[in-house]
Amino acid sequence: MGENLKVVRDATCTFCGCVCDDMHLTVDLDQKRIMKAENACILGKAWFREHGIEERPLALIGGRTATTEEAVEAAAQILAQARFPLIYGLSDTTCEAQRVAVAIADMIGGTVDTTTSVCHGPSGIAFEGVGESTASLGEIKNRADLVVFWGGNPAEAHPRLFSRYAVTPKGMFIPNGRKDRTVVLVDVRRTPSTPAADIFIQVKPRSDFEVLWALRALVKGRKVDPSIERRTGVSLAVLEDLVARMKSCRFGVFLFGMGLTMNRGRHFNSGALLALATDLNEFTHWVAKPVRGHGNVTGADNVVSWQTGFPFGVNFSRGYPRFNPGEFTSVDLLTRREADAALIIASDPADNFPKAAIEHLRRIPVITLDPKATPTTQLAQVAFTTATYGINVSGTVYRMDDVPITLRPAFESPYPSDEQVLTAIRDRVRALLGGNRLPAGAPVAAAS
Amino acid sequence: MGSPLRIVNGRVYDPANGVNGAVQDVCVRDGKIVADVPPDAKRIDAAGMVVMPGGIDIHCHIAGPKVNLARKVQPETHQDDVQLRTRLTRSGTGGTVPSTFATGYRYATLGYTTAMEAAVTPLGARHTLEEFHDTPVLDKGFFVLVGNNLLLYRLLQEGRREELRHALAWWLKVTKAYAPKLVNPGGDEMWKGQRNANITSLDDKIGSFDLTPRRVIAAFIEAGNELGLPHPVHIHCNNLGHSGNVETTLETMRLAEGRRAHIAHIQFHSYGAAAGKSQSNPTSRARDIIEYINTHPNISADVGAVMFGPATIMTGDAPLAYMLRRFGGNKWVNADTENESGCGIVPFRYQDRVYTNALQWAIGLELLLLSEDPWRMVFSTDHPNGGSFMSYPRLIRLLMDRGYRKEQMAHVNQKALDRSALRDCQEREYSLSEIAIITRAGPARLLGLTDKGHLGVGADADVTIYEEDEDKEKMFSAPRYVIKDGELIIEDHELRADHQGRLLHVAPDYDPQIEQVIEPFFEDFYTIRFANYPVDDRYVPNGQIIPTTPSVAAAPATAGTRT
Repeated sequence: MGENLKVVRDATCTFCGCVCDDMHLTVDLDQKRIMKAENACILGKAWFREHGIEERPLALIGGRTATTEEAVEAAAQILAQARFPLIYGLSDTTCEAQRVAVAIADMIGGTVDTTTSVCHGPSGIAFEGVGESTASLGEIKNRADLVVFWGGNPAEAHPRLFSRYAVTPKGMFIPNGRKDRTVVLVDVRRTPSTPAADIFIQVKPRSDFEVLWALRALVKGRKVDPSIERRTGVSLAVLEDLVARMKSCRFGVFLFGMGLTMNRGRHFNSGALLALATDLNEFTHWVAKPVRGHGNVTGADNVVSWQTGFPFGVNFSRGYPRFNPGEFTSVDLLTRREADAALIIASDPADNFPKAAIEHLRRIPVITLDPKATPTTQLAQVAFTTATYGINVSGTVYRMDDVPITLRPAFESPYPSDEQVLTAIRDRVRALLGGNRLPAGAPVAAAS
Repeated sequence: MGSPLRIVNGRVYDPANGVNGAVQDVCVRDGKIVADVPPDAKRIDAAGMVVMPGGIDIHCHIAGPKVNLARKVQPETHQDDVQLRTRLTRSGTGGTVPSTFATGYRYATLGYTTAMEAAVTPLGARHTLEEFHDTPVLDKGFFVLVGNNLLLYRLLQEGRREELRHALAWWLKVTKAYAPKLVNPGGDEMWKGQRNANITSLDDKIGSFDLTPRRVIAAFIEAGNELGLPHPVHIHCNNLGHSGNVETTLETMRLAEGRRAHIAHIQFHSYGAAAGKSQSNPTSRARDIIEYINTHPNISADVGAVMFGPATIMTGDAPLAYMLRRFGGNKWVNADTENESGCGIVPFRYQDRVYTNALQWAIGLELLLLSEDPWRMVFSTDHPNGGSFMSYPRLIRLLMDRGYRKEQMAHVNQKALDRSALRDCQEREYSLSEIAIITRAGPARLLGLTDKGHLGVGADADVTIYEEDEDKEKMFSAPRYVIKDGELIIEDHELRADHQGRLLHVAPDYDPQIEQVIEPFFEDFYTIRFANYPVDDRYVPNGQIIPTTPSVAAAPATAGTRT
């Protein structure tokens, strides 16, 4: 440990959607490393430990070392010449950077899409269909006496969802913490989260929708046939018991994960769960919350929504925003070989997209912004090394419950931020195009 | 700031300075109205045109967490109403909840240059400022929700009125708000904490607190007046939308006891109850409301008129939105914010054949037509709750053109008109000067914005120039020129430049000791750290602090005890 230590209090961990802002970081400024992250969970500790400064070139063009300025020029040329470019990622960067990324998509008439389209996209679509009763995490801490986790494994994916927000903490109207809550876990298998629950309900794989629909029927006082057990693995008695609990609690919450959204049924599943929460408000207070993965995926949803009216999968080629999941979502655009260039920000699709989509990424010029080398940066024509948000860069991040938090960086990075690189690219593209690109046939008067 | 500019030959309506249609020059330089500019300055020939200060919306919902939820939940309203990008300006989408860029440009294309977002949770302040960053042209501010705040409830319950005032000042300052806002005081706590109950009278007990809405409202009116805020406490009364709520509204105004208070969207609070079987049907009690306001100069209101067509209910009054959910085409959004507020959103459509909707439409017009002081009963639709801001030109025509009004009255539910007094005020027509008051000079005065809403020397150079037209809807739909901070934003009805407006906010003094009362509450009941809660200046690249004139010094609080 070096001599030059600094403590950053109330820093924020951006590893997952919990976005805990009570990190007390001990930083070795000489080594540019975080030695200790007080209050961090096991995932947060690893996040802070692994984000020191690596010796990487500022940028690579075609695999050769380049300056940031040279790479900005190369990236701008690619984007200005592309006819159907895709801008993707954005869930692990600040809202300030996201804002500029959407601006570039608008300027060049491209598509902007975020990792939402491969995680809680179905929940976003369900929201558009039925709405949502929801709450900030503090309401859950202060009031929730019945907590139902559905299709998720917080013990391993969001550990502090248990300890800081929803299970063990004491709250204003939950003075005894865990003792004052009933915790239910619904999943297709036992996980390390199961022991945290008072009631574990194991559903057969691919039958979440049937279980949710049966619950809706029971809540509305309709009859459900006992054969539901054969289909779903859950007996009518168990469902009836759960319904009785849900109707009699004071403040109930569903916290649901990708086990529900990326399963057979997709947005029908999310929609059924959101509708169930709405139905239960006839009897008592009920809310539901998708448990989000990436640190600022919720910020990406918000920024894209306020700038365009739609949360993800937005195309600007006609001169205005259009939303069509399946058409303008990244996996689909790439698999159909439609995109002719891609700007990938803080994301690694080459690691987790379907093979056909990755193959197309290899065919087209790709620009990446990432603090680390990844499979995507390795196939990129232009790869920027950028500073890590929350560790080297300040800015705004939205917690999974839409609460925005300002980051307190721990130490400086020699690399530029995503926002700086994107702003330089935007300005250069604007200069190359002479302003926003207008779609063919746009009224001339508007061009003045 | 643009080059110096002289507007000539226009008929000028500047009621704050007693100018009523006189043909005179208006000179602009460095973003301000000036007495004169050099002879070679650019000229705008406004012959046949009307020159007014830029419009000011005193109460609308255009940015922040609930607005973004309302945007997201209605994609179907965006796809057929798009805002094309130009070489200079960003694209967007419309509907009753437009995207941020579309919001700014569309307000500008109606001649508006300032707008106040009327309900922001303190936790959502940062989000609101981020959206403001992307809302062009307009100067903006927001009212911060404090009427369902549980720490403030605790202080009030314990009789700690001084600390309540300091805490209120702290909340205004750290969120960069413009004014304090009360929404259905007590209602959100009943909603979240008492199985979706609501407040029904000013004397209901608020959940587990030893408090009533009456005490809450009185305390905030007092604190707001003591802080000397440019705009007083902005009140969304209890019982919004309920038949017979007029008594609650009158009682709320009486609580001010001569002190300043502003009642929001008062149309929604002016309902009687029909006698006999149809008790649940509202009737118009606009006359009682307007008589009270006409005779009580301490009270001001914005009307919250209803316009037929699509709307979006979006409110901090969560139980109200729940009541309306069956009209929402199966969509309903509820969003609780810890310790601070509730929120509800329902897509909505006002229909002229529907009794209640027609009555609401009539009451909005009645209030404006019976008002004797246009400076204190100002224009709003509570956008988008009573209708989109894009319907403002039609509302202006309804006020200015009695022939048109009569024609429209023939199309609406006649039983509703029978229960209103609209037929009794058929004669009145608003003059251009009165329109300038209710859409510009009045809101500026009520907001305490001394540099806005007029064209006197030193005023902000926010100027709108309309081509005179018999059809007032057409006239007010598309100004020929709009000047913002001295810059020509709209010329020949088209956007010619982009512009970043200012954030208008207050920064009242408070006793720093109050933080020692607030911080422990955060430790126990918030999920964000106290140190991370205040909004820093980076979110306000272009801010303007409007001064306060406190009647009580920020004296040390009496106790710093843990609550």
